[in-house]
Amino acid sequence: MTTSTEGKSSVTPVAGTASKMRLLTRLRRSLWRSPALFFMPALLFVSLATTVGVHPQFSDFDLQSLAMGALPLAFAAAAQTVVVISGGIDLSVGSAMAVANVLAASTMEKASFGQSLLLAVAVLIIGAAIGALNGLIVVLSRIPDVVATLTSGFIWGGVALVILEKPGGGAPQEFLNLGTGTLFTSWLPNALVLVVTAVGAIWIPLSRSRLGLQLYAVGSDRIAAFRSGVKINRTRFAAYIFSGLFSAVGGLGLTMTTGIGAPLAGVYYTLSGLAAVVVGGVSLAGGRGGMLGPVMAAFVLTLIPTDLIFLNIDPNFGQVIQGTLIVTIVMIGGFVDMARNRK
Amino acid sequence: MSEPAKTVFSHVVAATAGGGLVSLLRTRTIVALILLLLAFVAGIELARPGTVNAVWVSNMMLFAAPLGIIAAGQTLVMLTGGIDLSVASVGTASAYVMATHSGLGVAPAVLYGLAVGFAVGLINGIGIALLRVQPLVMTLGTGLMTEGMLVVYSQKKIGEAPRVPQLIEDLGAGKLLGSIPNDLLLWGPIAIAIIFVLRRTGFGRLLYAIGDNREACKLAGIRVWRILLVNYVTCSLLAATAGLVIVGGTDSAELSLADVYLLPSVAAVIIGGTSIFGGRGGYSGTIIGALILTVLNSILTLLDVPESVRQILYGAIILLLAAAYTRLTD
Repeated sequence: MTTSTEGKSSVTPVAGTASKMRLLTRLRRSLWRSPALFFMPALLFVSLATTVGVHPQFSDFDLQSLAMGALPLAFAAAAQTVVVISGGIDLSVGSAMAVANVLAASTMEKASFGQSLLLAVAVLIIGAAIGALNGLIVVLSRIPDVVATLTSGFIWGGVALVILEKPGGGAPQEFLNLGTGTLFTSWLPNALVLVVTAVGAIWIPLSRSRLGLQLYAVGSDRIAAFRSGVKINRTRFAAYIFSGLFSAVGGLGLTMTTGIGAPLAGVYYTLSGLAAVVVGGVSLAGGRGGMLGPVMAAFVLTLIPTDLIFLNIDPNFGQVIQGTLIVTIVMIGGFVDMARNRK
Repeated sequence: MSEPAKTVFSHVVAATAGGGLVSLLRTRTIVALILLLLAFVAGIELARPGTVNAVWVSNMMLFAAPLGIIAAGQTLVMLTGGIDLSVASVGTASAYVMATHSGLGVAPAVLYGLAVGFAVGLINGIGIALLRVQPLVMTLGTGLMTEGMLVVYSQKKIGEAPRVPQLIEDLGAGKLLGSIPNDLLLWGPIAIAIIFVLRRTGFGRLLYAIGDNREACKLAGIRVWRILLVNYVTCSLLAATAGLVIVGGTDSAELSLADVYLLPSVAAVIIGGTSIFGGRGGYSGTIIGALILTVLNSILTLLDVPESVRQILYGAIILLLAAAYTRLTD
């Protein structure tokens, strides 16, 4: 199966032999193999161009609010991506984010900046632990992952309500600034920097490690992976840990951008995160796709309601468009697959 | 029996195993489910003597009916190896659209509500059956679409306040002769029809066959897409019907009306012994599953703990039940 290395094929240069002709062929081949790699930047570009087109006075402030809006969604998408690549699904991402969100907001309210950073680390550990529990449930109980995580998500939602019954809490201004401020120039929002560095710092080493390859292998063909000596259960378990970790970062992001903790705010991100994963070209069948697509898709999905407001259309159509986009993109993917198989 | 070959086989297994209690439960999982249900009822009676009486039983039936109807659609879909995550949105939308058209009279209003279910089901069916989108993605997408459309619709319709007609209220909350819940009179025929279709008709057998092996069905000359299309439309229509019953019970059409039914609709089917991978299970198990979940809810209400703790316990018990069931049948 070539699927496991697809995400990387266009990144890793073939040693020395790449003449201009070769480059063109290779470009075409990788476009054929993983259209999402080219489709996503194009889609992001188009939706950004639309925004600037209908709203010419697009300012640094608009960019900041876009990055802030996309921050939690990008991490929800990242969390889902890891599990989906390993051939599973995690419908508890939103609730895990809610737990991290209320945990941070309720403990950081009177903390200093230094303390809040320590607390953030603690929240990340708890997030990973939540992911580990999800993984244990899925692997040990043998309940299908859709049902297991749908139910565990319900439980985490209850836990978030126990921690903080009503929206409230807070965090020190310097901490909020990590998600709302800007770096060097007002055109570089901290939220954007945070997404790029946090996702990059976790995903790049992971995807290049043995575990990363195993994630793709298990997602691509579980039996083949098992026969090649990959420990299936351990790999799936690890995927859920990373999902919990990313969800916790997303929850912290939610605290930074909203300034408070809200036990019900996370729910929305399960479905939207999954939408970003699908739009970002990660196959729900597993083993195919990368991290760049879903993260970019998170920005596109955040841009849509904004564009609608500028176009004087009810922003609630955003959800309709999101739904349509998911379905359409999966259908296109299906047609591409069919065409590829026929060849 | 729906799967003669498998049942005979499991009887042989049971006989060789010595016919102990565990193997009885393994072969007749419905017995295990009924025992569990009785255990739950006994638990309530022990904790609060005097709770279990005719009124309580009739109330349980009243509350279980919408769940049973929504889970009926979910059962049909899961038998073919699919899942429908749009049932909650469809139920809500159907109830809301019905309530905003109540000025036209009950029958047209109900038809409007069911039309919503038909439309969403048709889109689901076309996507899943013809264009071969994974059911999870397709129904997730249509669920989002339905929800978004409903929000837009509710804002456009601001002049016409949603009102639940008296007949629907009677259906969702009333009782015949003071003891038989009216919605049971709707659920009963639906349940009989579905069990009959699954066990005695070609359509029902094809659902099992498709869930077991879609490719083999196709090679055998079955037009799989037709069966799936009808199946998803039926599922959405049942969800829309359940939405009407739910709104009759609460008497106020809200935009998050049926949201709480998504998890139970899936859980009732799983606990009832239908495999999410398709081809195995049936509706009678789902009925018991829906009753178990309703009684569980009643137990948690009696416990008098905050909503959040109830939610945690409810989820944890569903996980335990589902895990136990998976262990028992594997």
